[in-house]
Amino acid sequence: MSEDDDRSPPSDAAATGITASGSGGSTSVELFPAPYPDQVLENVLENVLCFLTSRRDRSAASLVCKSWYRAEALTRSELFIGNCYAVSPRRTTARFTRVRSVSIKGKPRFADFNLMPHNWGAHFAPWVVAMAKAYPWLEKIYLKRMSVTDEDLVLIAESFPNFKELVLVCCDGFGTTGLAVVANKCRQLRVLDLIESEVMDEDVDWIACFPGSHTCLESLIFDCVDCLVNFEALERLVVRSPSLKKLRLNRYVSIGQLYRLMIRAPQLTHLGTGSFSTSDGMIQGEQEADYASAFAACKSLTCLSGFRETLPELLPAIYPVCANLTSLNFSYANINAEQLKPVICHCHKLQTFWALDSICDEGLQAVAATCKELRELRVFPVDAREDIEGPVSEVGLQAISEGCRKLQSILYFCQRMTNAVVIAMSKNCPDLVVFRLCIMGRHRPDHLTGQPMDEGFGAIVMNCKKLTRLAVSGLLTDRAFSYIGQYGKLVRTLSVAFAGDSDNGLKYMLEGCPKLQKLEIRDSPFGDVALHSGLHHYYNMRFLWMSSCKLTHQGCREVARALPRLVVEVMTRNEVDEEDIVDDEIEILYMYRSLEGPRDDVPKIVQIL
Amino acid sequence: MGGSTRREEICPQLLDLIPKNREWLMRRDNNSSTSKDERSSHGSSSDEKKLELRLGLGPPGENWPLKNDSGREIGGDEDQKSLLSLGYRNQTPWPSSGKFQGKTTSFLHLPVAAKEASQPCCPQVQKNAEKKAFSPATNTAVPNSSSQKRTAPAPVVGWPPIRSFRKNLASSSSSKPATTESQNDKIPRDKPVETSGKGLFVKINMDGVPIGRKVDLKAYDSYQKLSSAVDELFRGLLAAQRDSSAGGIQIKQEEEKAITGLLDGSGEYTLVYEDNEGDRMLVGDVPWQMFVSTVKRLRVLKSSELSALSLVSGKQDRMALDSSLK
Repeated sequence: MSEDDDRSPPSDAAATGITASGSGGSTSVELFPAPYPDQVLENVLENVLCFLTSRRDRSAASLVCKSWYRAEALTRSELFIGNCYAVSPRRTTARFTRVRSVSIKGKPRFADFNLMPHNWGAHFAPWVVAMAKAYPWLEKIYLKRMSVTDEDLVLIAESFPNFKELVLVCCDGFGTTGLAVVANKCRQLRVLDLIESEVMDEDVDWIACFPGSHTCLESLIFDCVDCLVNFEALERLVVRSPSLKKLRLNRYVSIGQLYRLMIRAPQLTHLGTGSFSTSDGMIQGEQEADYASAFAACKSLTCLSGFRETLPELLPAIYPVCANLTSLNFSYANINAEQLKPVICHCHKLQTFWALDSICDEGLQAVAATCKELRELRVFPVDAREDIEGPVSEVGLQAISEGCRKLQSILYFCQRMTNAVVIAMSKNCPDLVVFRLCIMGRHRPDHLTGQPMDEGFGAIVMNCKKLTRLAVSGLLTDRAFSYIGQYGKLVRTLSVAFAGDSDNGLKYMLEGCPKLQKLEIRDSPFGDVALHSGLHHYYNMRFLWMSSCKLTHQGCREVARALPRLVVEVMTRNEVDEEDIVDDEIEILYMYRSLEGPRDDVPKIVQIL
Repeated sequence: MGGSTRREEICPQLLDLIPKNREWLMRRDNNSSTSKDERSSHGSSSDEKKLELRLGLGPPGENWPLKNDSGREIGGDEDQKSLLSLGYRNQTPWPSSGKFQGKTTSFLHLPVAAKEASQPCCPQVQKNAEKKAFSPATNTAVPNSSSQKRTAPAPVVGWPPIRSFRKNLASSSSSKPATTESQNDKIPRDKPVETSGKGLFVKINMDGVPIGRKVDLKAYDSYQKLSSAVDELFRGLLAAQRDSSAGGIQIKQEEEKAITGLLDGSGEYTLVYEDNEGDRMLVGDVPWQMFVSTVKRLRVLKSSELSALSLVSGKQDRMALDSSLK
């Protein structure tokens, strides 16, 4: 998924100021244009612009002149809003009137790690209310890190007769009641994907609420829904959903139940196996053979996930599909190298592999030996503590860098690392676009040389010329950031934690990375001076997050004054209405450009400067 | 800190707990580079298990008055230990659900919140708990500047950056007996007990009580203990329900009736459970370990309504049902 930012919010204001030849010099989009001579030209333009799909291209087209702006607005059917507070629902629906698909992103990523208050915002409600009136033909809604309520879901179900796709990623605030209404009333529903969202168990049998006849369902993903589902209803649903291609079950579905579903849906391309365990955790002999045949029957299966409570003895069941797999997600499967090897040795076509570090360096070596097409690797820790030995290390990373030369994206949690291996990876895998290394122990140096990890990350930005996303960790001095500023010319997303020596670190990043759009920093010694060094750039960014750094109210207030279109949200440890905290250090700074100014749904703990 | 003095009058414990908070983080810190004896942290885990029972509070949607019950359960110096269990479970003050929700789950697991609930400052408690939420992070701001060269100090909110549903993975697989063995092989350095020490929380609902709770089955080793825990959990809630349904004009303190006879059908209520195939079973028929490995949620039903449901109960089919219909 592209993290493109179309930079339209601030330039939106500029665009309205551009007058075109021939049309009245109105600066408001709301006024109806009177018929004018080049109406024909505009119609032609609309027809041509329909073919423009890229957000950036559309944004550029809208800046050409007034009539292009209008034509583009009329022909944009897919809306992407990278920050729900950058623009208001009213303004959006006024400009774009024929939208079929909406994507909205809310909270910043660090909200996933409990760094934000629960009621911070990103409410979907104002959006759905506006869209219910403005976009009756809306077909698709994609939300990420938004707060969605059951009422919002009901409104979706009732307002959009042609509604086809609902994808909720990392959202919360809703429950099975809302799901039931969507299932029941959205008769054209093709996609219902709940990914890493928090769904409240309101004791509603939502699976049973799908229409009793034929459904159009193509994708049903509910592996994050942590409540029992009515299995009989699910089975009947699968039977009457002949178009179903993607099915991801939650951990309450046993392998026996999975079997029953698979034999009814051999056309599946994406399967989330649920628990991949028996109901009582014990094996009963002959059944293993059956499971394998069910997998064998799914000839189109390319993407396998689930394995929430894996019984390793059952893994042989998936052998028949391994050769065709392009994506395998073992990130919940607490298996060791010996249990992984017989599976992975068949997976020659694998492009995406997610796993737990329980597979150890040895498991990673096995991956490197077989998966020559690997593009994306994620290794998560079973035990996310900081001070333990850790089953994976630079050894595993080295093996991967040597075996998987086409690697584009890596997320690697470990306890120890060396510069040499990171440098090796930078040279072996020049196609890297995403490099996220998390050395879990804070301020950990290269464990062989005792040096900071500066050179390793420096090599990454230097040698990986396509790099757009970087997450750093370990002991890092300002030098690392000077490398990033010097070489990271395409970097758009940067995550920094417990790193740097002084303000220079942040300065290097802000002054050196022209494409930087999302910068998230925690627990690093960057202060007001460094913050000021980025004034030239903040309007080009989606957001800046800084928590537990060395910022003060004063410093942030100055930024807010200098940049009126920036919303500067701060959160302190103390009471907000405190008189003498003017110069106190702030705990969290979250700032973003916006056309709307301060939002009106701010919780008390957040102060907007 | 002027504003906090205002808070001080109403909720003095808030400030007291901040230094203690730091302390327990340091003490509980078996992550520090120093020679923290593993055994000492191991030894305290049984206390923590006990307290996870006490902190087995409900799912979102609880309103504040109910917390008085949980507030009462956690008393005196157990608060100190209860902080430990929080750290042990999650390394963060937040519950395993991780996310801040619109409801108040996160606050339930903060002993601060629980204590404050017993005071009249209810509407402000939420904010205090929010503020409390950030204080652990501030603890790290202090060591930060000087700890560049040192290894990691106390555990920190949101670090390592793993989403909450990816944590506690060891426990989900260790709830099945078959996998526990293979776990020992995989992680030889970790004590096996530790991985299974993380709780096994199942939801429990009671007839007539709209708010469900959660219990940690790892905290018990017998049906009897579970039964008394259920009694403790719901006794107050049930009384509150009767209270509110009576229109609240009656005396505030309804006498709380103990909930007994959950397992043998002799009481007003009976404990049943749903296993992972969705079947409803009477609690008590299968060996405890098997029960723990298959139970997905619990229900406390009115005994009089048992006949209306189709129950599957181990060996003594009819007999069990008959006895429950006294």
